[in-house]
Amino acid sequence: MSHPIQAAKFLEDKSNAKWHDETLWFVRDKRDTSSKGIPEWENLRELASSIKDNVLSNLDSYLVEFEKNAIKNGIKIHWAKDAEEHNQIVLSILKEKDCKAIVKSKSILTEECHLNPYLEENGVEVVDTDLGERIVQFLNQPPSHIVLPAIHLKKEHISEIFHEKLQTEKGNNDPYYLTQAARKHLREKFLAAKVAITGVNFGVAETGEFVVCTNEGNADMGVHLADTHIACMGIEKLIPKREHLGVFLRLLARSATGQSITNYNSHFRSPSEGKEIHIILLDNGRTKQLGREKFRNSLKCIRCGACMNTCPIYRRSGGYSYDSVVPGPIGSILSPGIDLKKHSSLPFASTLCGSCSDVCPVKINIHEQLYEWRQEITKAQSSINAKSIAMKIANGIFSTPYAYKLSGQIMRGSLKILPESVTYSNLNTWGKERDLPELPKQSFKDWYKNNGNE
Amino acid sequence: MNSREHILSEIRKLKLPKSELFGIPIFGIEGDLLDSFKQAILSNKGEVISEDELIDSLQSGGYINIYTPLDQYATYSNCDLPEDPHDFRNLDLAVVRGHFGVAENGAIWLDDTVLAHRVLPFITEHLIIVLDQKSIVSNMHEAYSRIGQEYSGFGVFIAGPSKTADIEQSLVIGAHGAKSLRVVMLGKEKEKGILT
Repeated sequence: MSHPIQAAKFLEDKSNAKWHDETLWFVRDKRDTSSKGIPEWENLRELASSIKDNVLSNLDSYLVEFEKNAIKNGIKIHWAKDAEEHNQIVLSILKEKDCKAIVKSKSILTEECHLNPYLEENGVEVVDTDLGERIVQFLNQPPSHIVLPAIHLKKEHISEIFHEKLQTEKGNNDPYYLTQAARKHLREKFLAAKVAITGVNFGVAETGEFVVCTNEGNADMGVHLADTHIACMGIEKLIPKREHLGVFLRLLARSATGQSITNYNSHFRSPSEGKEIHIILLDNGRTKQLGREKFRNSLKCIRCGACMNTCPIYRRSGGYSYDSVVPGPIGSILSPGIDLKKHSSLPFASTLCGSCSDVCPVKINIHEQLYEWRQEITKAQSSINAKSIAMKIANGIFSTPYAYKLSGQIMRGSLKILPESVTYSNLNTWGKERDLPELPKQSFKDWYKNNGNE
Repeated sequence: MNSREHILSEIRKLKLPKSELFGIPIFGIEGDLLDSFKQAILSNKGEVISEDELIDSLQSGGYINIYTPLDQYATYSNCDLPEDPHDFRNLDLAVVRGHFGVAENGAIWLDDTVLAHRVLPFITEHLIIVLDQKSIVSNMHEAYSRIGQEYSGFGVFIAGPSKTADIEQSLVIGAHGAKSLRVVMLGKEKEKGILT
């Protein structure tokens, strides 16, 4: 279903839509305050972007270097060219460990691979341990935001789910109370799991280590108690050297939530004695995107979510309206590369205001890429639609001065007398939530003739 | 062709022009490092306490199970280091040493050499980190140059207690990890024996 249709559904609940809009703007505001506390903020963005340029232009050699160092550290490396292979690798490790229940911390990559349903079909219980992810998992929903997975839900709703699933008091909506109930519930899961899965925020080629950032501490609770840690990592997550972590950790949390750093930033280099760490390096369309010159920069993304919080469309349409694992502006340039047909409405879900590019910590030209995707999609769409007819008519009018003059006169005359049912008919999609501007009595040309010489 | 070769050859086929890797300039931080660090810990919902307050806490009887690998406070430790980290499940308080702190964000670096088990600072109900007050560095760049090429199987920057805002953006302290973080800044006369 296309973005405008889904967005209209989201907007049916006006008060919720307003809350969503204001809450995300509040997060964006915190990001501003936080970034302004760093005088060298713009230098850091520039630096981060150039480091990622270097990574993307040498990705093969950094991958080989990372693999070599990780193996030296006693880590097992797997390569997956697509989601299916990724999921099979995870399952084969679980089978080898005879493991029927796992804990998983937030990983957008495993969402991208639809790992949960795959494992469940194969008889493995998957417990998402990030609080927001656990909440949406109870509802069989995907996350609606990459950093704030349950931002679309109100506490009353969460309280109902917890009452049903965790037997909390009915009607107790206190966030502290609900969080403590989840803590207790998930502690049991952490203590019981033999295998824990995490995503990866950054992989360091120079050392073969990788970094996972959380505020809740759920990734660490999982992996340090389990015997086996599986880290699922997109091949674009690499950075060349350890010192580059300084640049990215300064940018990530400030851009995401306005915090100066996440409370836990764990560096995994080698397994504890008797334990195992596996890394799965996933392509799944990334090398294809790397080959698209105009869209290559999208692979710099560090998944902070700043572009979502600032986007006037995302804030007013909600994550689900994108029907894409990564929603919002960045999702709208990543997803068409994976499935152009399915995601063809996403690059149009933007005002092209450029706010996404302005807040992006790695300076991805998001709004320019949205514009580029529109060109690609329009070219690919051979069918004639209302917009293309309108554009053809407009082309005729604008290229003939007399037609332009005449149509102006007709519009100024007719719009005054026509009933609203006609001027705001279904053909006028522009006028759906907007009023037409008040009509001037004369054209600018006429006005200029009379006043221009004064 | 296996997937490894496939992925690498897909990348090599593109023959992308090489982009240069620039060095990181030196970025300083204004003001007193120790003050900034303490302020950052407070912003992250941690606390800064004195060593006397630490001793009071240890003696208070408010914590049933206490573990510390630090000799200085060994008399207050009433748990042995378990072979299986799961046996820390009922731990109420852990006191560990941090290597250094970062003024810009309150992050404290810990690694395998100061953590008896990697899960210790997460599984404990409450965490206290002891830190030399001279060990504060300005920012994350200085932090990584201080860590340098040191090898540790695991290392973590801890900047505050476990927290979440996943329910309507309301901040809740104490999600899955430690419900509180207190940092003890040791001055010159106290650090002997702990920080060497």
